[in-house]
Amino acid sequence: MRATASALRGAAPRKGVELPLKLPRLRAPLVFGLLALLFVGLAGRSVYLQSVDHEFLQTQGSARYSRDLEVPAHRGRIIDRSGEALALSTPVKSLWAFPDKFDATPAQLAELARILETTPQRLTARLDANEDFAFLARQIAPEASERAMALRIKGLHDQNEYRRFYPGGEVTAHIIGFTGDRDAGQEGIELAQQPWLAGSAGSRRVIINRRNEAVEDVAAIRAPQAGRDLALAIDTRLQYLAFRELKAAVELHKAKAGGLVILNVATGEILALANLPTYNPNRRDKVARDRMRNRALTDVFEPGSTLKPFTIAAALDAGRIRPDTVIQTAPGTMTIGSATIHDAHPQGALTVEQVIQKSSNVGAAKIALGLPSETMWEMFSEAGFGTAPKTGFPGEVAGRLRPAKSWKPIEQATMAYGHGISVNLVQLARAYTMFATDGEVKPATLFKTDGFVAGRPVLKPETALAVRRMLELATLPGGTAPKAQVVGYRVAGKTGTAHKLEGHVYSNRYVSAFVGFAPASQPRLIVAVMIDEPSSGAYYGGDVAAPVFSNVMGAALRTLGVPTDAPINNVILPPEGSAVPEET
Amino acid sequence: MTRVNLVLLCALIACALSLVTSRHQARRVFVELERAQAEARGYETEYGQLQLEQSTWGMPARVEKIAREQLRMQLPSAARTEIVALPGTKEGAR
Repeated sequence: MRATASALRGAAPRKGVELPLKLPRLRAPLVFGLLALLFVGLAGRSVYLQSVDHEFLQTQGSARYSRDLEVPAHRGRIIDRSGEALALSTPVKSLWAFPDKFDATPAQLAELARILETTPQRLTARLDANEDFAFLARQIAPEASERAMALRIKGLHDQNEYRRFYPGGEVTAHIIGFTGDRDAGQEGIELAQQPWLAGSAGSRRVIINRRNEAVEDVAAIRAPQAGRDLALAIDTRLQYLAFRELKAAVELHKAKAGGLVILNVATGEILALANLPTYNPNRRDKVARDRMRNRALTDVFEPGSTLKPFTIAAALDAGRIRPDTVIQTAPGTMTIGSATIHDAHPQGALTVEQVIQKSSNVGAAKIALGLPSETMWEMFSEAGFGTAPKTGFPGEVAGRLRPAKSWKPIEQATMAYGHGISVNLVQLARAYTMFATDGEVKPATLFKTDGFVAGRPVLKPETALAVRRMLELATLPGGTAPKAQVVGYRVAGKTGTAHKLEGHVYSNRYVSAFVGFAPASQPRLIVAVMIDEPSSGAYYGGDVAAPVFSNVMGAALRTLGVPTDAPINNVILPPEGSAVPEET
Repeated sequence: MTRVNLVLLCALIACALSLVTSRHQARRVFVELERAQAEARGYETEYGQLQLEQSTWGMPARVEKIAREQLRMQLPSAARTEIVALPGTKEGAR
């Protein structure tokens, strides 16, 4: 070793110079001790990281090979009875950015603006509006978002969202309602059926490879819950028909509002429910809440004469009168206490049949006063007045039916022709199922029902048949509603022309209504029409609401292919001006 | 003894390699499955969009508007409607 060392130095070896190998005595133990200490430290640290502070490293480690993926689940569809989509969710994208991290060249910005169909100035304005967070585009088509993301602009992000579309637009708006933020139902069926329709996204952990592809499932963190489809009883064809005819009538008579309901007699299903005014649920930014109300279910009105058949039915069922019992209605007025009841057109002695046909208030009041108030109350209550119809719609109202004990005679008399009681249109339509069937009231529902639905018997079958016969007379010449007749079908129904109650006074504004069913020989459909404040002259239910009934009923029966039950030339209209007028 | 060990070693190596291969195989197939599922989701989305389109185009309001305005069609009045009775029913045609 010395030799080598000398050779390296390139010098001649010096002899006799022996350097004594003398190390400090403590050097070796010291180095050993230090090294040992370091090892102890290292071991301690590793134990610490393994058992105490393992969280951080584990997260960092798994972040490099695993990912949590969201498993999307979209909201269920709402479909009509034949499967036509009425509300549908489809994936869309939203583009967003943190404005301080957003960095685009002018060319990129211009290109982005072009894709988003806006101007660079507007985009900049959006970014400047809020310094923390800004949406550059909301709910755009996935393809547009892909093109925007392909520009690789720094700080631009996209996120998945679902957007709800309503193909029916304003025609089905009131039934379906709409969803708000985060796809949650806000109105109508969307709100009422939120738990059924809503899907909840799941999440799972996977192992990824260097290309960011999932290569192995590790665990399902949350199972996705797909939203379920919901089938409504609505028939889109009838719904449109109802909407079109109602709209035409509301415009023609310059009315404030209107409602129309079509019921399936066999099942109580609501086949169509139209309301005016309406709105477009796909573009509802500046729509007044007022237009969004489903008036047929959430508003009440005094039904007027459309209630007379129930009074007559109660008296017939109790055996107090028969269809041919004669009631004296002359001189067309009747005074009870301080109040007087009028007939719009004074009649003489009328049979019970004619009381309905001519819609005599005095006649109905006299019949009502011959009944105990409990009997009448029971009939109205059994008909479903005063209790919410439970169709499955949120916020439906019960209407007002005061307990029989509190009725004064004058109130009992006015209630006989539908004043002092309030109902909604669906209640009214449903109550007529007792005349369209053999005296059974069917539950009304907005949901598709299969097969026959049993009702609750309310009337004796012969009473139902007798009233049905009277209601048919009302639509024939000599009745209040010859304009309700339909070519090829026998129809039956009752008009209503009710003064509106404003404050505590009856005004000279009216609610014109018609409720009826057809074919009279074997009723299939009930149509109830309500026109609120017609203000272009005509206001009688027989002039305003009955023609709507006729148009809707005729077209609906033909659409459904219901066999005709009358000869084709059955419609006989009386000469103009000779129709029987009625008030209430 | 040595020979047995060698044989076992070979078997072990073979097993290990087959494990690696099958593992790789599994991942490859899984990636394929993922892709197919993504594709299925894509189709589902497209189906939804098509349904929406069909529903929107087929709405009676739109159909009627086109029939009226572009094709100049109109509903026949009752006077111009003829109801034909099927043989064997009691109603006669007008």
